[in-house]
Amino acid sequence: MKLTGKEVAHVASLARLAMSEDETEKFTSQLNAILEFADKLNLLETKDILPTAHVLPLKNVFREDRICPGLERKEALLNAPEEEEGMFRVPRVIE
Amino acid sequence: MLEECTVAEALKLLGKKEISALELTEAALHRVEAVDERIKAFVTVTRNEALATAALVDAKRLSGEEMPPLAGIPMALKDNMCTKGVLTTCSSKILDNFKPPYDATVVELLRDAGTVLLGKTNLDEFAMGSSTENSALFTTRNPWDVERVPGGSSGGSAAAVAADEVCFALGSDTGGSIRQPAAFCGVVGLKPTYGRVSRYGLIAFASSLDQIGPFTKDIWDCALVMNAIAGYDSRDTTSVPLASPDYTAQLLGGVKGLRIGVPKEYFAAGIDRDVRNAVQKALNVLVALGAEAEEISLPHTDYGIPVYYLIAPAEASSNLARYDGVQYGYRAEADNLLEMYKKTRSQGFGSEVKRRIMLGTYALSSGYYDAYYLKALKVRTLIKQDFDEAFKKFDLILTPTAPSTAFPVGTVEDPLTMYLNDICTIPVNLAGLPALSMPCGFVNNLPVGLQLIGKPFAEATILQAAYAYEQHSGLAKKKPVLSGKGVPKDE
Repeated sequence: MKLTGKEVAHVASLARLAMSEDETEKFTSQLNAILEFADKLNLLETKDILPTAHVLPLKNVFREDRICPGLERKEALLNAPEEEEGMFRVPRVIE
Repeated sequence: MLEECTVAEALKLLGKKEISALELTEAALHRVEAVDERIKAFVTVTRNEALATAALVDAKRLSGEEMPPLAGIPMALKDNMCTKGVLTTCSSKILDNFKPPYDATVVELLRDAGTVLLGKTNLDEFAMGSSTENSALFTTRNPWDVERVPGGSSGGSAAAVAADEVCFALGSDTGGSIRQPAAFCGVVGLKPTYGRVSRYGLIAFASSLDQIGPFTKDIWDCALVMNAIAGYDSRDTTSVPLASPDYTAQLLGGVKGLRIGVPKEYFAAGIDRDVRNAVQKALNVLVALGAEAEEISLPHTDYGIPVYYLIAPAEASSNLARYDGVQYGYRAEADNLLEMYKKTRSQGFGSEVKRRIMLGTYALSSGYYDAYYLKALKVRTLIKQDFDEAFKKFDLILTPTAPSTAFPVGTVEDPLTMYLNDICTIPVNLAGLPALSMPCGFVNNLPVGLQLIGKPFAEATILQAAYAYEQHSGLAKKKPVLSGKGVPKDE
């Protein structure tokens, strides 16, 4: 076992997921199976291999800084679960 | 019948004024009404908008205006591409009320090309899956056998084309999500080179792997759709500033002298014997037509799946952090902000999405980053080098698309077993290459997919070989029989 239930609960918290005990148990065994499968990678020596984060030979991509119309506030708020005075409303953060 | 038309056939009829765009769209809508209860390809049907667009195309035609290349062609989009004002759900509860305030670049391009959007198609939630069974809405059915899955994640788009509900559709492919469902449904599916088609407005899953591409009824249509969607877009920073060719120009070139590598690892024990045989026969045809074939080795093939299932979840865990119930989508009620985040995400995401977010979060977390994520990126280099080496000597690589034909709904429950479905397609995404799936035979009346992999930006070479094979096989004309019975058992 690579991952304990306690660690799974911690990862869930990092990922902002609430998890029942049943779910934690199920995920613990499934994630362990996947990670054990991934252990196969350790068969390969990769000390001198450079990582590939993406395949294109692109470095920084620049463009002209031109003024152009963006999303209007009204449009940006169209999908808001709750809004107030032209802003997204969320539950209280500061007690 | 009109709904059976390919894009090219429909354009011909429209050009000769034998049919109107409205008639074509109505035929497609009738087809959807007649079969989609069984196929369940569509999440949303944009009936009124489609009829209005078609009428507008006809009005322009009558006034003698010059028409764009795909004017009046009915099509569908996978429901992870943003359509302004039209529901875009990703087949997830967390986006089930989301109407984007803008269009994806491909949506703009297809509108400019004159196409008629018929609706949005089902997928595995956030494109994570190989069967559409992970859709939070429903499971799409395979038109060849409604008890079977259409493949995934772009199963809705593949099934809609296979069932003649639309002339063509777009899907997205992160680890095989265009090619595997194309194989299962017996249609053509192309994953272009990474950077060839703009990802702007495609809801991100794994940004270094995602790519949009077409589902079509034949190879010629695939070239026509590529002509409409390929090209540089300044709004996607990974879009490549390279002129895209006319993809139909090379189609008649034949395969004489084309060098085809056949990697032995893709014909190993994990691949069904019948699938191997069908693909071998297709290779024989290409050789008979003048291609040169040779067995090769891509030695790191077996590492593709573990690499992918670390990299893709890692990128997904980051991309999906945005679903927090603040600006759009589902929000759960809670007393404070942290609780709201957690409840929203727990109630809004399905199991597979949570599993991948967890896996990715873990692989990126302090203390495990080097062992999992960085290790996977390094092995990704080795996989890419295998292909680089092979393409020094060969023009194309030929393999099966999937290890089996379509499997029955509800039979693959273990996540790891499901992941093995992508064994032939994943390495291609990791290397960023273009690859196409097309039908190459049938086993028990279920289609088998042939995969042709090309050099970066050499989609035209793939299409050229595929066209030569298709002309010989005649399989593009074979259609599923959608009998009156066969409403899925479980509903």
